[in-house]
Amino acid sequence: MGELRLMKGNEVIAEAAIRYGCDGYFGYPITPQSEVMESLMAARPWETTGMVVLQAESEIASIHMVYGAAGCGKRVMTSSSSPGISLMAEGISYIAGSELPCVIVNVQRGGPGLGTIQPSQADYNQATKGGGHGDYSLLVLAPASVQEMNDFVGLGFDLAFKYRNPVMILADGVIGQMMEKVELMDQQPRWTEEQVKQITGSWATQGKTKDREKHVITSLEMDSHIMENNNLRLQAKYQQMKDEDVRYETIECEDADYILVAFGCAARICQKTVQMARAKGHKVGLLRPITLFPFPEKVIAEMASHVNGFLTVEFNAGQMVNDVRLAVNGKTRVEYFGRMGGILPSPDEVEKALYHKLIGD
Amino acid sequence: MAKVIGAVVVDSEVCKGCNLCVVSCPTQTLGLNRDVNSKGYHYSYMENPENCIGCSNCSSVCPDSCIAVYRVKVE
Amino acid sequence: MAEIAERLKNIIRPENLIYGKSPLLNEVTMHYCPGCSHGVVHKIIAEVIDDMGIQDSTIGVSPVGCAVFAYNYIDIDWSEAAHGRAPAVATGIKRISPEKTVFTYQGDGDLAAIGTAETMHAVNRGENIVMIFINNAIYGMTGGQMAPTTLLGQVTSTTPYGRNVDLNGYPLKITELIAQLPGAAYVTRQSVHTPAAVRKARKAIRKAFELSQKNIGTCFVEVVSTCNSGWKLTPVESNDWMVKHMFPLFPLGDLKDGGKDATEPFNIQG
Repeated sequence: MGELRLMKGNEVIAEAAIRYGCDGYFGYPITPQSEVMESLMAARPWETTGMVVLQAESEIASIHMVYGAAGCGKRVMTSSSSPGISLMAEGISYIAGSELPCVIVNVQRGGPGLGTIQPSQADYNQATKGGGHGDYSLLVLAPASVQEMNDFVGLGFDLAFKYRNPVMILADGVIGQMMEKVELMDQQPRWTEEQVKQITGSWATQGKTKDREKHVITSLEMDSHIMENNNLRLQAKYQQMKDEDVRYETIECEDADYILVAFGCAARICQKTVQMARAKGHKVGLLRPITLFPFPEKVIAEMASHVNGFLTVEFNAGQMVNDVRLAVNGKTRVEYFGRMGGILPSPDEVEKALYHKLIGD
Repeated sequence: MAKVIGAVVVDSEVCKGCNLCVVSCPTQTLGLNRDVNSKGYHYSYMENPENCIGCSNCSSVCPDSCIAVYRVKVE
Repeated sequence: MAEIAERLKNIIRPENLIYGKSPLLNEVTMHYCPGCSHGVVHKIIAEVIDDMGIQDSTIGVSPVGCAVFAYNYIDIDWSEAAHGRAPAVATGIKRISPEKTVFTYQGDGDLAAIGTAETMHAVNRGENIVMIFINNAIYGMTGGQMAPTTLLGQVTSTTPYGRNVDLNGYPLKITELIAQLPGAAYVTRQSVHTPAAVRKARKAIRKAFELSQKNIGTCFVEVVSTCNSGWKLTPVESNDWMVKHMFPLFPLGDLKDGGKDATEPFNIQG
């Protein structure tokens, strides 16, 4: 059993990064995730583990600092919230194109534009469909608890290095701000220079020695045929993610006639709705995608052949519902219910929507 | 009295005929060839090889690092 | 003729070679236009890294612009940055690998327009990196548009009637701004249009690389350069044009030397 603490989700991101042995964090303050860097600065990990923490002049700078540091083969990360992630879109595209591993945390707030500092899930499309230019995908993890904020930092780095691909932890203002009990991991050492060389020495910028060719971190290729092959290599990687790293949680789905699909904080609300609906005799289950990319499309397709319908519940105008529809492929009904502007629906509201849109009032 | 004499070797395939070496030569050794290389550039060459003192001015201003400079002292 | 051939045969021997291509320049022809200053500055950087024996501990950051392919030419590890972001990329590299020598290589559009924030803040933090700034008063790669350093009256493809203050504002003397920042250790402006200028520039770049290893702040070397294709002049005419028109606004010489500012006059903790 690791150390138990009562912590905010954002604070846990910082603590987990230090304990996991992260090499560097580069960030810029934005509500509702500023506690991540504040906690790191207060902890001064450069004096203990040697982790670098730097406040950049903008989200643009912080993501490109991540680009440079990740190119050295180190485990580095950043965090921000929705408008800041939009600014980072350029750098994220470069990181994906250059195939660099890193972890990016988005503690979502409402948009568009400056929007609101209240929680939201309106960056689902931005996170899962790229967000920047070009054909690329992030591996997207959606935590639904403070414990998962802790767990997904390490998991994120493991997956980032497995695929040499940026991993996004797509949280929201609720998960970032709320306090819960969390079991922390024990302190792990950072990779030694030898380990870094062993793991990333075939591609990272660590200084060209006589016994190897120079390493160049770049997404640029002027030869169209090579560039197409680079894209095909990326697509093969995304396919491998779909084959090997889909994660989801099912709650009372075995005998369910109706399935709620919700991620992050919305899934916690739906969990209560499932109990309420079941108390009234309706066989309702909950599917919680944990990886939003790769999306759990296979399990949804399987369920579609024997359930009477799906209801997605999202804090947005209906974004994930399109992925559910693609997976269901017309085999059964797929409806959406959600709130926007920072409003969280109550379990009652979701229950009413479930009856109104799917089961029948 | 010791005298310094020099010579240069221009990699004529790399040379783009920019002429910067020619104007930097203090002894009018270099010129642009009437012939062209495979890319169509009038490459630099020693028009007056007997003038060269191996000062390496030409090589230092050459953007394409295509001039090697040799120098010897003679009695 | 035979006499000259014999003379050359005696001179052109390996033991008499006094200056040739740096071993750190790769065996590829550079894509730059004939006479472009980039090639000279690349050569100087390769020579400095070779002379200092730091090939295995140097990481370059190339820009977006004509020099985007710098990584094809100098035989070291490189990170190719997004447009203007080289100082942020270099910051990430240097902070995570403080034992490395890290430099950026950027043009005027990259460093002084789209990347102004990254430039100013990297220097203001006193990042222990070298920044090489190629100022040729025009955008070369995209076909000769106005740069932040384009001179008043200078014709470019986006200032076809000459740069006009009311429409376009003033040429940006960013090196003067950089020199004001307490994080700057060494700020100098050089050129490479003559053998003497090349020698001075090599000295300055060598000094910048050496100082950057002492962790005393950012070392910034502007090289006033030509873009004969963009300027629509021959390489030789371009040098003359640069001396006549650019040097008065961008005078050569050191702007700051001696390390980042030692005192912290506004530290409220005393």
